[in-house]
Amino acid sequence: MSCCAPGAEMALDVVDTASALPSSAEIKLASRSLGGDTNQTDLSLPTIHCAACMHAIETALKKLEGIESARVNLSTKRVSVRWHGDQVPPIFATLGQLGYQAHLFDPEIANGDKTLSELIRAVAISGFAAGNIMLLSVSVWSGAEGATRDLFHWVSALIAIPALAFAGGIYFRSAWNALRHGRMNMEVPITVGISLAYAMSLYETITHGEHAYFDASVSLLFFLLIGRTLDHVMRERARTAVSGLSRLAGRGAIVLRTGRVREYLPVGQIEPGMDLVIAAGERVPVDGDILNGSSDIDCSLVSGESTPRPVGPGSDIQAGTLNLTGPFTMRATAAAKDSFLMEMVRLMEAAEGGRSQYRRIADRVSALYAPMVHLAALMTFLGWMIASGDWHVAGTIAIAVLIITCPCALGLAVPIVQVVAARRLFDAGVMVKDGSAMERLAAIDTAVFDKTGTLTFGRPRLVNAPSIDPALLAIAADMATHSRHPYAKAISIFSGSSSQPGLASISEHPGFGIEATMEGNIWRLGRREWAKSEAQSVGQGKYGSNGGTVLSRNRMIVASFDFQDAARADAGAAVKQLQDANVSIEMLSGDTAQACRELAKSLRIGNFVPSLLPSGKVDRIEALTRAGHKVLMVGDGLNDTPALGAAHVSMAPASAADVGRNAADFVFLRESLLAVPFALDISRQAGRLIRQNVAIAILYNVFAVPIAISGHVTPLTAAIAMSASSLIVVTNAMRLQAFKKRAVPGNGLPERRACLDIRDQSR
Amino acid sequence: MTTLVYLIPVALFLGALGLAGFLWAVRSGQYEDLDGAAERILIDRDDEPDGLTRRANMWN
Repeated sequence: MSCCAPGAEMALDVVDTASALPSSAEIKLASRSLGGDTNQTDLSLPTIHCAACMHAIETALKKLEGIESARVNLSTKRVSVRWHGDQVPPIFATLGQLGYQAHLFDPEIANGDKTLSELIRAVAISGFAAGNIMLLSVSVWSGAEGATRDLFHWVSALIAIPALAFAGGIYFRSAWNALRHGRMNMEVPITVGISLAYAMSLYETITHGEHAYFDASVSLLFFLLIGRTLDHVMRERARTAVSGLSRLAGRGAIVLRTGRVREYLPVGQIEPGMDLVIAAGERVPVDGDILNGSSDIDCSLVSGESTPRPVGPGSDIQAGTLNLTGPFTMRATAAAKDSFLMEMVRLMEAAEGGRSQYRRIADRVSALYAPMVHLAALMTFLGWMIASGDWHVAGTIAIAVLIITCPCALGLAVPIVQVVAARRLFDAGVMVKDGSAMERLAAIDTAVFDKTGTLTFGRPRLVNAPSIDPALLAIAADMATHSRHPYAKAISIFSGSSSQPGLASISEHPGFGIEATMEGNIWRLGRREWAKSEAQSVGQGKYGSNGGTVLSRNRMIVASFDFQDAARADAGAAVKQLQDANVSIEMLSGDTAQACRELAKSLRIGNFVPSLLPSGKVDRIEALTRAGHKVLMVGDGLNDTPALGAAHVSMAPASAADVGRNAADFVFLRESLLAVPFALDISRQAGRLIRQNVAIAILYNVFAVPIAISGHVTPLTAAIAMSASSLIVVTNAMRLQAFKKRAVPGNGLPERRACLDIRDQSR
Repeated sequence: MTTLVYLIPVALFLGALGLAGFLWAVRSGQYEDLDGAAERILIDRDDEPDGLTRRANMWN
């Protein structure tokens, strides 16, 4: 066993629904060919966190036949395995034996990494240039004159060229993009300021002038790039964490061809009329009808229904449902692109709008700021032209105005706060996709929750355990350990440490229950009609009816079990905190009115709408939006996906369907729902700090601009003023880190300590 | 003034050397797994069987 994987509770307390290991065909589909017959497969391993983990994994994998190399990346919690040959090595089984749960990762399109390395290179080059130019400038300020000053200026001009070309290019491109689309962003005034400063300094250098602003234009770039890079790193970390979660939908399915040939096909190639084999623990890839076999299916992600549905030959099933207990064969009635899943994606795309219309604070500020600054510079130029008549003096002063107002502090004001905020959210297990999500979250006044899987676990809990005879409960629990039906799992929690001695010939009847014999008695645990009937199975027509779950001895019912979908930890507290923060709460569900009413009552949610179709949820959110509300949608199911897209801002738990997780702005990895009020709280604090920072930046301009217009700015004062304003803004952002730490959801014992504890034990 | 003529190029050259080193490190993937690098120092290589390795293997 490995040192720490089983013991340490990592951030991912995700409920593990009965999931099968990916087949070798699926692994092959998800790996990338490196030429020859070498393949690379990337897996995410959320539970690794120390040297011993890495060592165990790497040595175990390298021992397997066909594996060339295995390299663990601890920062991204991934392992990339290179293997050759036609046979896929048993990677998953090996990792499973070590105690690590792995998820397949799609072949990486190394897009994000490219941006990051470009940013890091830009920071390095502009940092080098800024440092050297600043040194030369200090010599100039401290009195270098004549030829020496000219030499220093020329060297500075040379050093600045690669910095502007390489590091400045990022800003120039972005500014050009914005201008071309008739928009204004923060990059436009930055670009104008930097390039004019450089051009004017070059002219000064050629004409042996006194004032050159090379240091200002390059150190400005350097500061801004640091903010931009930190922002990117933070977002990338959140994105990696989300994309490393297990994929719920399979990449393909086993198709039965004529002549009983089994073939693994990617989901996209499955056509109507094909027969598919679905094993227990797999998700149904396309809509279809069951041909033979019976099972129970979990519809919670699809419809929000919390009770598993027994199915048998003839039942039609939707793509995205989870097969729980028994294997079955189904005939596809629709291709993947016409299946329920894609319908949801289309509905979501149609619903998108609220979010694309949102304009970020920085863009809104710069839309006002940039024209004002440029107008001020132009007025200065005209004013000095009239006053002095010397175009050189007028030009120099006008450009000094541009340099001093170049929004260094303003360019940092927003991203730095968001980096600090995202960092705090990350530590609490909340991943935020981008900064605009935080701005939108801070503005909400209504929170809409899905029921199954969001407010609840989507997992039943036995509620009448105290009223059941303990001896019978123990028998039922032991029987239940042999099934992965959610009800059976709920009962099996009550199994004692000592196993029942006489329990024998245990068999599961998918769709009905479990049968066992003990001391000559036949025990059955399962559906009422089946448990008290003589036959092995009851008539087909009764699939879907739910007579309750009972335990019977020789067909006499001796105990019955009541289940309820368990509310998430702290769901009530989360709802209360949100209400205290002046957010009105609503619950939308596809489940029955009865189930909704009970939960709403226990969580004190006033408004709820039951039995909604996916489009119904969108309609409700759009109605709220029209009424002037800013809506936060929290949901996990496929049926919530369109609503996640329609809302002003959206959140999803890590256990959500893949599409939903990708659509949501925030994904929280821990079980507790307190992540929602926590994210709201941080976003509001961040919003306050951003406004303060913008105010500081503007206040700085109020003081600095008159000095610049009157022509009293020198390169030295410009450098001091700009650095000081940036420092103030960054320090103000850091205050977010120090704000009183509210109880962070699920912040159990630190992972590392868990690791060490186990190490100590094993010594 | 004459000292500057060679001192400035020397200073810039040394700075550029550092910059080139950093860029090389980024390109060759040295910054890709910072947490991993910190932990890897604790792993003993298998080809050096000593007391530490045996202890490390006990955990596995």
